[in-house]
Amino acid sequence: MADRFATVEQVIDDLRRVDYLADTAIASVVYIADRLEKPVLVEGPAGVGKTELAKAMAAVTNSRLIRLQCYEGLDEAKALYEWNYKKQLLRIQAEREHETEWSDMETDIFSEEFLLTRPLLEAIRSSEPVVLLIDEVDRLEIETEALLLEVLSDFQVSIPELGTIRGTQRPIVFLTSNNTRELSEALKRRCLYLHIDYPDIEREKDIVRVRVPEIDDELAEQIAQVVSSIRKLDLKKSPSISETIDWARTLLFLGRSSVSPENISDTLSVLLKYQSDIAKAEKEFSTDPDAKPWGSVGGSVAKRKP
Amino acid sequence: MLDALQGFVHELRTAGLPVSMTENLDAMRAIENIDISDREVFRDVLGATLVKNHRHRPAFDTVFEVYFSLWAVSPADALAAEANQSTPSGGGATGEMSREELAQMLVDALLNMDRDALARLAAMAVNMFAGIEPGRPVGGTYYLYRTLRQLDFDELGSRMMGQAQKADPLDGDPLKERFQREEFERRLRDLRTILETEIRRRLVADRGVEAMARTLRKPLPEDVDFMHASREEMVSLQQAIMPLTRTLAARLAQRRRRLHRGQLDFRRTVRASLSYGGVPAEPKFRHPHPSKPEIMVVADISGSVASFARFTLQFVYAMASQFSKVRSWVFIDGIDEITRFFDESDDVLEAVQRVNSEADVVWVDGHSDYGHALEIFHDRHLSEVTPKSSIIILGDARNNYHASQSWVLGALRKRGKHVYWLNPEPLGYWDTGDSVISDYATYCDGVYECRNLRQLQSFVTTVAEG
Repeated sequence: MADRFATVEQVIDDLRRVDYLADTAIASVVYIADRLEKPVLVEGPAGVGKTELAKAMAAVTNSRLIRLQCYEGLDEAKALYEWNYKKQLLRIQAEREHETEWSDMETDIFSEEFLLTRPLLEAIRSSEPVVLLIDEVDRLEIETEALLLEVLSDFQVSIPELGTIRGTQRPIVFLTSNNTRELSEALKRRCLYLHIDYPDIEREKDIVRVRVPEIDDELAEQIAQVVSSIRKLDLKKSPSISETIDWARTLLFLGRSSVSPENISDTLSVLLKYQSDIAKAEKEFSTDPDAKPWGSVGGSVAKRKP
Repeated sequence: MLDALQGFVHELRTAGLPVSMTENLDAMRAIENIDISDREVFRDVLGATLVKNHRHRPAFDTVFEVYFSLWAVSPADALAAEANQSTPSGGGATGEMSREELAQMLVDALLNMDRDALARLAAMAVNMFAGIEPGRPVGGTYYLYRTLRQLDFDELGSRMMGQAQKADPLDGDPLKERFQREEFERRLRDLRTILETEIRRRLVADRGVEAMARTLRKPLPEDVDFMHASREEMVSLQQAIMPLTRTLAARLAQRRRRLHRGQLDFRRTVRASLSYGGVPAEPKFRHPHPSKPEIMVVADISGSVASFARFTLQFVYAMASQFSKVRSWVFIDGIDEITRFFDESDDVLEAVQRVNSEADVVWVDGHSDYGHALEIFHDRHLSEVTPKSSIIILGDARNNYHASQSWVLGALRKRGKHVYWLNPEPLGYWDTGDSVISDYATYCDGVYECRNLRQLQSFVTTVAEG
């Protein structure tokens, strides 16, 4: 099942075909995850395309995307499997007339027919290729994390009444986390780790162009530049890629062909969601940029005496 | 190759990164699957298999650079060798270049972002300015400093701006100018990295991988000692605060919601017993609403412990949502309430800066006097301490041989919920010299050694769980 990709470059090209622009870091990890058949734990700030990566991979490999959205209180019955007890009760009642042996009945009502599959089990039993996305793992309680371990390391699920169900194929597995808490060592050990950060100007510009095809090159570049310099400020919440795209669409919709300080302050609320952040960015763009010394690049070393 | 990898993994572990057996095996399997001559892919793949925490990535990168720097034949290498050979024969102008010429070539290369040329020029700059002395056990920071001082980035930057504007005047558009400036700043930062890499590479060639790794070994952000943090370490600590507090707050909120030790709910228990024929088989409990603790922070901000106090205040205020109320005071020998600074602005850093400049904390001579500060605190604020307040005192308890007035803590503890003391000094130094920590400890619910982020984090968990 593995070896979907021949080289790292092929990963980049294939993902580009479905409009996902991966950098080498992303592509290398995806490539090696495919080779080693290991799940990938993707972390990074909100809105950098973690979930999008899984969707793109599903599109590239022509697989079905099975998604398990995690939340506090998620349990076995919602993640793995559940017995369809109503149907079991019906069967027991129906069997009353024919005096079936209890043991027969027991094996009967605990068979696959009465099993309700939930995302994890479904991904394992699927005969077609599958990309499994376990979204926002960090929302699970630490205790519930253990639920995932068997699936992640051996790709199997043990059901006491049925035995162990093994997957017919190894799907590609992505876990995403917004890092609201430290995940357990056990989980991390079973995964490869990928940290996606905000893209550099070049890549962000490409993303904008791919997502908003009607935009022209120059405006896209300016947008990427503005966003990148806004991200440098010390903000409560930096603009995400999706917000950059929203902003590009807004500017286009308003018929602005280039970015000027007035345009920026008019539409900042699309990019930034806190009043204090907006104020900060406005102030930053209205003042003269020449005030800062170049020394900030030379950094602390240049100033420190040996 | 596998040997090199084992050495590498060993060094990562020594640097404090938790690398398990499985991860080690993964890394070995992984590199069999890739073309290891592609350095970037090689590094990313090793990173993905070995490092599972983003905060540890810088440490990983440093070790990687040291271990595998000699591996890749960089263009700088080949060309520098060429340049070295051509110099004695007197053929090349490259060897005898002046600083001025080099600077000009660097500016040109930076403007065109010609990476090969940059690497070559960086190698030359290191030749000329760094003055590397073989065998000296240093990490290279000094050499980098010498090179940077000679190159003068300020000047390079303004020259780049000047030349770029000559070629393409931006019509004084401030926005475009700003972008150009930022772009050049980025390029200069790249150049700095190239220089650093070049210096490291030479040092590794000179002294060997293990020795170099040992020199460069730095504590991870969560293990950096507050009292002795360098400026760069302080910056990385600052950056670590926000995500850490978020993590901590999320965990505490979760735990608070899930606590189930409420009182017996008699009405619901009787109601539930009806389904068991009147037998109260299923006792029901009220969900408790544990009140969030109220925090009063009293911090010594005299020179020796100032950075610790500032840092802790920042940490506590970043977590303010986890407490019903946070009030804070700072003192040296006088004491001043600083809650107002934090209330007025939602930027904690700014508030901390205002504390430094505006708080009125000196009474006589500006040497710590815990006794006097505590006495005033007692007189002014004792009535405001309620059974919900936890009082946290930050300081090394070095009292300059004044009276300790530790009875104040006793009085506070009687009225309040808890009195904690956080001491940034190593345990071994307590009660030496003018430190009177055990005098105060008698009246505290707990005295904690708090030298790094890890310890601070575990303390905050204790308090917030109340």
